[in-house]
Amino acid sequence: MLYLPELTLLFMALVFFFVSLGNLKESRLRSLGLLLSAIAVIASVYSYGLNGSLFFDAYRVDAFSQIFKVIITFGLFIVIYLGEGLYGIDDTLRPEYYLFLTISAFGLVSMSSAVELITIIICLEISSFALFIIIPFRKKGAYREQMEAGIKYALFGVAASGITLYGMSYIFGMTHTTYLADLMKIIPGVILKKPLMLIGLVMLLSGFFYKLALFPMHFWAPDVYEGAANETSSFVATLPKVAAVALLIRLITLAGAEVGQFTWVMMIFAVLSMTFGNLSALVQTDLKRLLAYSSIAHAGYLMIGLLCASELGYLSGIYYIAGYLFMNLACFFVIYHLAPQGENISFDGLTGLYKRSPLMALTLAVSAFGMAGIPPTIGFTGKLFIFTAAIKKDMYALVILAVINTGIAIFYYLKMVRAAYTSVDEQLSPLNLRVSTSVLGIFFIVIIILLGIFPQGFIDFAKEAVAAVL
Amino acid sequence: MEQYLIYNTLSYPILTVLVCVPLFGAIITLAIRGDRNLKIWGMLVTLVTAVLSLPLYTSFDLTTAKYQFAEFSDWIPFVNIDYVLGVDGISVLLVLLTTLVMPLCILCSWTYIKDRFKEFICVLLLMEASMIGVFISLNTVLFFIFWEAMLVPMYLLIAVWGGPRKDYASIKFFLYTLIGSIFLFVAIIALYVTTGTFFIPELMTHHYSFSYQMWIFWAFTLAFAIKVPMWPLHTWLPAAHVEAPTAGSVILASILLKMGGYGFLRFCLPMAPGATVYCMPYLIALSIISIVFGGYLALGQSDVKRLIAYSSVGHMGFVTLGIFLLNDAGIKGAILQMINHGITTGALFICVGIIYERTHSREISDNSALGMMMPIYVSFLVVFSLSSLAFPGTNSFVGEFLVLMASFSKYKIVGGFAVIGAILAAAYMLRLVQKMVWADSDGHVHHGEKSHLIDLNFRETATLAFLTIFVFWIGFHPAPFLKVMDASTTHLLQQLESGMNVLPAGHGDPHAILNGVGESIKHLLALK
Repeated sequence: MLYLPELTLLFMALVFFFVSLGNLKESRLRSLGLLLSAIAVIASVYSYGLNGSLFFDAYRVDAFSQIFKVIITFGLFIVIYLGEGLYGIDDTLRPEYYLFLTISAFGLVSMSSAVELITIIICLEISSFALFIIIPFRKKGAYREQMEAGIKYALFGVAASGITLYGMSYIFGMTHTTYLADLMKIIPGVILKKPLMLIGLVMLLSGFFYKLALFPMHFWAPDVYEGAANETSSFVATLPKVAAVALLIRLITLAGAEVGQFTWVMMIFAVLSMTFGNLSALVQTDLKRLLAYSSIAHAGYLMIGLLCASELGYLSGIYYIAGYLFMNLACFFVIYHLAPQGENISFDGLTGLYKRSPLMALTLAVSAFGMAGIPPTIGFTGKLFIFTAAIKKDMYALVILAVINTGIAIFYYLKMVRAAYTSVDEQLSPLNLRVSTSVLGIFFIVIIILLGIFPQGFIDFAKEAVAAVL
Repeated sequence: MEQYLIYNTLSYPILTVLVCVPLFGAIITLAIRGDRNLKIWGMLVTLVTAVLSLPLYTSFDLTTAKYQFAEFSDWIPFVNIDYVLGVDGISVLLVLLTTLVMPLCILCSWTYIKDRFKEFICVLLLMEASMIGVFISLNTVLFFIFWEAMLVPMYLLIAVWGGPRKDYASIKFFLYTLIGSIFLFVAIIALYVTTGTFFIPELMTHHYSFSYQMWIFWAFTLAFAIKVPMWPLHTWLPAAHVEAPTAGSVILASILLKMGGYGFLRFCLPMAPGATVYCMPYLIALSIISIVFGGYLALGQSDVKRLIAYSSVGHMGFVTLGIFLLNDAGIKGAILQMINHGITTGALFICVGIIYERTHSREISDNSALGMMMPIYVSFLVVFSLSSLAFPGTNSFVGEFLVLMASFSKYKIVGGFAVIGAILAAAYMLRLVQKMVWADSDGHVHHGEKSHLIDLNFRETATLAFLTIFVFWIGFHPAPFLKVMDASTTHLLQQLESGMNVLPAGHGDPHAILNGVGESIKHLLALK
């Protein structure tokens, strides 16, 4: 029972493996994917509340891991749901697309439960390798950026894993254990005395900075987002970050809540990430590139919550990443449906959107305002919690830098909304959305606003989860 | 809680209802078809809200400074955020102003708005809900949510239905206001972390150190000064006003600008009294510059809407001046001036909208000599123009008189400068009226050319007549309005008094300069 969500995902991968041998129609494939991922969601909800450990305590199932499993499997469900028709994926590779998507999700789900360094690295690699393969699956059109994107993602990913492993070797060398539970007892006493431990820990975190696209491991994000197919980007942009947050929380706890050099390093990364992301996003014209830079900025905000290393900080981190998942998926949902040929969308592609499809324009506006942190959305409430956590730790300067960044960011989010709501004289063909597509759009709008106004329910779950780690 | 709040005893939770009726009205709008039905629905919702808000005036307890009609419930307990609403003498009139002006906004858009009526009504109703929310929130987070949420519908109002430069104006409006309020956000969180509460009345009772007060004071002031707007942060206002549709301009002038003044009274004065007293001379100086600068720029405008927009800068300068004089007459005058400005300037914008619909131009020269063709229209125009220049017997006279009286009693030099603003107001408004009503007409204007100039119809007359009532009511009998503010103003001044003990030594220097300049000018005059 403890392993039920993972087993379901493995089963799903197996099914798609066999399906890939045959020749199933796309719509069938999608229904199959929806069905199986829905079962995975149910399985993880069902296993919520279970506690236990597997594989010689290397794999722990607790409230903390389960909440991330629910978020990740639900995210997988939405990614499959929004990729209706797989416009951007090569016709012959569709079953494989689902197969590797599932495997990557399996890796991420396992990552949230991994509490031993070797297990962590294995899960990290499972999730990354599947993505390395999936990115060049894009339909061969006039562009070949997908190859570049695939290579970049792979090279950066391998380099990041290398750094992580190197950091692990330091940590293992000094502590003679790979279990997080044991490390937690040793590291807080050592980190202030031995700089090597600090370096080891920061290197260890690099692999997750890479997943989260946090400075200085962010360089891949714009090119990969731009080069990958729209539906692939929607996965790459969201789910790995959720798992990365889970692991970062587990690993930052290792250092203890002491504000020391470790916190300073994180702070610098957070500030540079926000500033670099926002300033670069200002000049982008390709929407996916813009979202990539905005995600770098969001990684910075998120890091503020995490580096507080307090209950509130972790809570806000979990809340923020869940909100980020919905807001970002909503943006990708709009981009995906605006590009029936799987092409990239720039600001010009948004022009007159509110005449072509009011619902799409509203979805885009709500998610953009959400990411900008305008109330009453989930993005605002998330920032409120994060900044509260930081000010409780007396990090005023950090918060002021963050809000200035929010001010900069509003400009490019507003640019998106403005493009969608500018009136044009020429006649544009209306977007014909299916009912099922509209339902997803409405779902995004409702959840972004409702979860923003009533965060308490989610917070209660997250609180339970954080209690399992601290 | 009981020491701050008087719970609502009416048969319905009036404040929640005032937010929810327009909010749900806006959602239902999306399901209605047909422009006519939409207009009627919008009218209906705003009228119902207006009627439901009337008990705020009739059942208001004049004897207490507590927050009345209060509602309280848990909202996000884990960070201590409650859903708590209430009004006192400062906010109640502003709530009423909002609910009463909104039906007029629908009326004045009846034929002005040509397309996307469904979205228009929806956006207007969302605006109403969030504006009322700003005035009635007693929780800083709730306040901030409404404060920021308001930006989105206002942005859309300008960006979708605006004039030729709507793109520029709407972005400028949004960025200015948003960037002003990001530090407000930090201040709100900082106050929470220091005191453990987001509850406004409780935040007022805490005593903070002087340097802390200075930080939060300027964080608040930046946000509110942009909203008011105070020189030199006023540049978004003319752009937004000129490009916004009539209803947008009316909302902007009548209600949005008031939020700045309200914010000063609700946050800066009671929460950072020491810093307020310390910074008072600077803010008075900025107010004076706003008054003179706004009036001077208005004098040079040829576009009617732009002229009124700059006059708003001047009038709102009187409001901030009154607030920062920190005495009874000044604060009362400021609140009354906010209401007056809402009535008068709102009405003037409606007048501009009416004439724009007929001539499709807002230039004074294109709209001159209307007296012959549109007698009813020009009568209203003259009434509101006189009210705008604070002619005795109209509403603005009372407000400006109180502010001027307060400034003469405190710093003569300030009063002296403020009077310049009043003179400028007379100059530009009378010039406007002269050109628009008479101009060079010798009574023999060619009627054939201007046959499209039909006089006001019943709808337009009713809209303006409703506001005219208030012009003269407040003008001749302001007592009922002043009485409402009495208890709260006194309470506010007590809060200020009690907060002065944190002032550092030597804080009186700038004050002495204000007095000193006045004295030396007096001497100069006496020598001659």
